[in-house]
Amino acid sequence: METLEQIRDRLLARFPGAEITVVPNPAAAAQHSLLLGHAQARAIATFLRDDPTLRLDQCSNVTGIDWPEKEIVETTKVSVPDPAGGPAKVVEQKTKRLQPGCLEVVYHLYSVARKHGPVILRLRTANRTDQASVPSLTPVWRACEFQEREAFDLFGIVFTDHPDLRRILMWDAFKDFPMRRDYVEPDDYEWEPTPHGVVLEKAKTHYPVAQPPAVTSDQ
Amino acid sequence: MSDQPQTLSATPSGTFDSGNSSLITGHSSLSPGSHVRAVHDEFHGDLLEVSMGPHHPSTHGVFRMIVTLDGERIVRLKPVFGYLHRNHEKLGEAVSYLGSMPYTDRLDYLCSMTNNWAYALAVEKLAGQPVPERAEYVRVILAELTRLLNHTCLAGFLMQDCGCSGTPLMYAFREREKILDLFESLSGSRMMCNYQRFGGCRVDPSPAWLAAAQQLAAGYGRFLDEFETLLTGNEIIMARTQGVGVLSPELAIAAGVTGPMLRATGVDYDLRKVDGYGVYPRFNFRIPLGDHGDVYDRYMIRILEMRESISILQQAFAGLPAGPIMDPKAKLRGFRPKAGEAYGRIEGPKGEIGFYLLSDGSPNPYRYRVRPPSFVNLTILEDMCLGQTVADAVIILGSVDIVLGEVDR
Repeated sequence: METLEQIRDRLLARFPGAEITVVPNPAAAAQHSLLLGHAQARAIATFLRDDPTLRLDQCSNVTGIDWPEKEIVETTKVSVPDPAGGPAKVVEQKTKRLQPGCLEVVYHLYSVARKHGPVILRLRTANRTDQASVPSLTPVWRACEFQEREAFDLFGIVFTDHPDLRRILMWDAFKDFPMRRDYVEPDDYEWEPTPHGVVLEKAKTHYPVAQPPAVTSDQ
Repeated sequence: MSDQPQTLSATPSGTFDSGNSSLITGHSSLSPGSHVRAVHDEFHGDLLEVSMGPHHPSTHGVFRMIVTLDGERIVRLKPVFGYLHRNHEKLGEAVSYLGSMPYTDRLDYLCSMTNNWAYALAVEKLAGQPVPERAEYVRVILAELTRLLNHTCLAGFLMQDCGCSGTPLMYAFREREKILDLFESLSGSRMMCNYQRFGGCRVDPSPAWLAAAQQLAAGYGRFLDEFETLLTGNEIIMARTQGVGVLSPELAIAAGVTGPMLRATGVDYDLRKVDGYGVYPRFNFRIPLGDHGDVYDRYMIRILEMRESISILQQAFAGLPAGPIMDPKAKLRGFRPKAGEAYGRIEGPKGEIGFYLLSDGSPNPYRYRVRPPSFVNLTILEDMCLGQTVADAVIILGSVDIVLGEVDR
């Protein structure tokens, strides 16, 4: 199979101006991946599926990853001249910067016809709140149908143009996205007819028992 | 089909909590995008929506299908998941790498050995951990025993779904128990084996265990002969399963179907050959392929695969080398792989079982993902069932071979 760089170069020749970045993987497996921009993701996916040398006709695995906002502290060494005329001092300066969070979808593609793979695609959402959407690849590979629904259900990634985007594992009335890193389980998650022990204590803080009005007697 | 709304459609919708389905649906209320292909013109009756499961004996656990029927023919089928959901992946992120190993047993209680192997393989890929040769052979032996176990049980369950109450399932369970005894004496547990480790296996099989396993493999062909005498040429089973639930190879590939389901459609794709993981390239075995992709082919593929598994087992017993069972440099405590990611997959009895791991250098995985074969294989359940009867939907589901612990995770 071609290397990922060759695939990227061919894709750039076929789709001029497309955003394609090779994401290196430092692990021993060295399964590097291609990060795609939203605009041409589906066209690129269709090309990868139909290209006669690649023929990536099977999308094996689809999964989401949550990258919350991260505060990154960078230390830089700055030499400060000594006002008294001595040798310059080297001072460490710390700058904090907020790396914006995103949600990421990873697709593992294999070829049944050519028996090679994997080629790994990544799509990233703009943020984790109001623009948490990526184009769905279900029109290209039917295998994404349930797995994208699962990523929607557990991570809250909205797949645009998915034919049937509903919750799949959690129930429909459920509001939150449990696979996110900042998910907090509800106080009364262990629903039972007679809650007891820790659950009851937690539920008490969530649903405070109405206190009887204080009795003031003038007599 | 009359354009008048059905009288029963005044029933309040949302009685089933499945989201987009009402209790009784007329044709007009089906959305244009839904897959309605077979509607019999000669029968202008109501469409009836039936909820099969979650506590239906044919659903192999707590699986539910919302089936829309025209007479007895299925025009729409929506699977509903999640009754056994416990967010396995979140739990995997909360414990160490090794801590997830016993938890992978609980994905699919029939195939704990192959689940362990798939997870160990993914972690070994992530960390670049080599595995000694003896351990690779032992893994192959256990994986093939698991395949025998799973396929035998599947054939028994499938026949139970067809209505052959009792006999084939009891024959299958008799043999299953023998394999479970082997697993118990090796790992200490019948089904929750927790046997593989990163860089080898937990205990070295004794010569007595190997002799017992060899004896079982030698006698398994005779059991299969007996089983096949009962079932394979049985006229009723042939009439019941042939031409039912036909799946085309193009759809199977596009929908990510793997394992015996894919090979029953005639697609030659077995990860033991394609990826050649472990020591599988050293063994000489064939990949059985189906012609029609129907329920009978799926049954037959499993029987033929079991015969190949027996041959692999005999070759593995003959070639089992001496040596360590664990890589001496393998680290069990304080295991912290470097940052990076890996996707490891093997050919489980149900299909491709894969694990995707993302490490940030800490003792716990940052992301732990299971690629469940039976969940993905259910994608095309509706396509296979359209136009079939309700009774056929039961055996089509049975031939997919699902375990709900793995579907719902």
